[in-house]
Amino acid sequence: MAVTTYSGAEQYNFDIVKKFAVMALVWAVFGMFAGVWIASELAWPFLNFDSAYFSFGRFRPVHTTSVIFGFGGSALFATSYYVVQRTCQTRLISDGMASFTFWGWMAIIVLANLSYVMGYSQGREYAEMEWPIDILIEIVWVTYLILFVGTIMRRKQPHIYVANWFYLAFILATALLHTFNNLAMPVDLFSMKSYSLFAGTQDAMTQWWYGHNAVGFFLTAAFLGMMYYFVPKQAGRPIYSYRLSIVHFWALGFMYMWVGGHHLHWTALPDWTSSLAAAFSILLLMPSWGGMINGIMTLSGAWDKLRTDPVMRFMIVALSFYGMSTFEGPMMSLKEVNALSHYTDWTVGHVHSGALGWVAMISFGSLYHMMPKLWDTKIYSQKLVEWHFWLATIGIVLYIVAMWISGITQGLMWRAFDEFGNLKFSFAESVAAMMPFYAMRAIGGMFFLTGAAMMAFNMFMTIRQGKREAAALEAKLAAKLAHA
Amino acid sequence: MEWLQWFSKPENTKPLALIIFFVTFIGILVYVYGSKKRGKRLESYRDIPFLDEQDSTKDKQ
Repeated sequence: MAVTTYSGAEQYNFDIVKKFAVMALVWAVFGMFAGVWIASELAWPFLNFDSAYFSFGRFRPVHTTSVIFGFGGSALFATSYYVVQRTCQTRLISDGMASFTFWGWMAIIVLANLSYVMGYSQGREYAEMEWPIDILIEIVWVTYLILFVGTIMRRKQPHIYVANWFYLAFILATALLHTFNNLAMPVDLFSMKSYSLFAGTQDAMTQWWYGHNAVGFFLTAAFLGMMYYFVPKQAGRPIYSYRLSIVHFWALGFMYMWVGGHHLHWTALPDWTSSLAAAFSILLLMPSWGGMINGIMTLSGAWDKLRTDPVMRFMIVALSFYGMSTFEGPMMSLKEVNALSHYTDWTVGHVHSGALGWVAMISFGSLYHMMPKLWDTKIYSQKLVEWHFWLATIGIVLYIVAMWISGITQGLMWRAFDEFGNLKFSFAESVAAMMPFYAMRAIGGMFFLTGAAMMAFNMFMTIRQGKREAAALEAKLAAKLAHA
Repeated sequence: MEWLQWFSKPENTKPLALIIFFVTFIGILVYVYGSKKRGKRLESYRDIPFLDEQDSTKDKQ
């Protein structure tokens, strides 16, 4: 293995990492605020203000786009650029291309959010952006791919570290998914409206092939790349088993591609397709848990760090939520369970146990590790990190417990019959029964948002502290040189 | 080109796909865990994240 001495800013392009890291926090606060707002709209409907612009339907994609692509995407750009440079021991191949991905990605999120509020949507979940924005995504994404692969190709380290494999799988799969799911014909060259090239069941299958693989590759594989670098770094110990990480990578990458059909159980989709998807979903439990065990066991022999290091706690709790949601997911993919859970809040709770528990927590942990290093300083307040951890954890628990109860209640109410064989409850009655849980979920979201805002403040102060320290050091050196 | 028709039948391609994927997976397992020497080499890559540190904080296990 090649060993290169770390020489910081001159050797690597950290400027782009800093930009994306800061914007990850900005989008986290914005996107989570939008989430709390729409959760509150469900609990207290007057918040819709009887205006289309404030309606749940328009704000919901603002929330999902801002947290998934704004916060998650920015965190992934930041960490992937950081990890690929440091593990390949080389600088990104082009500063211009890196800068283009930053401004392009930010433009995409802003334009997408504006278009949703104005009422433009493809109506495809997590791919609501209309065709002009889709084309911009394609251009930015291909630039990202060229930049990432080019950097790997000029690496000084002969072996490509496993985190980069996960990042690369995420970039490639996202390119593929985005392209095929968004094949559409615009109504007019100057119109935002377009129609999908697919129809009926094929359209639904294409959407969920995209939808579940967005979970699999954007929200799982990529964040596993993060995990494989930042967990060992924060723990100060190498990953538990490198060989297990190889098996984890190939098994996960292969199996995820098949499972989208489990979103379409009991529909017009051919039965064998959804059965196949369910079978692969169950199989997926093994690589998922293999990866979780690999991450958690990295701390083997240093468990005390869980008590003393709040950043480590973020990471290990993230892995625990990864394990929990990758157990819950396969269970929900079983047709009998799905008959109860589908279309209910249980699905919403499941998604958030993965999104908040796994994706957000591993991102918080990684950013807490990385940002002080980027500005060459220490975290401004460890106490605030502790507070953030507990607020986030309590928030997630409130959220998912509320959604479990409301989801299972919904499922049971919808399938209840009276003695004459008629439905026992009207839909409106099931909505009324949800109200306390919607309030509980909104409060859980508020906890989580408060924690994220605390982190943003903590990191803002950390950056300010880092800049002050650098300025003081520079002044000291200048004074020394002047006296010499 | 008659033989290509064989691939158009799901009852042929499904078991074929199963065999290809299963053999590939076993191949990966054999590659990863089949040789002690190779295993040692693969495990040495665990240290890559610590190689560009000036003041390495890695614990000795």
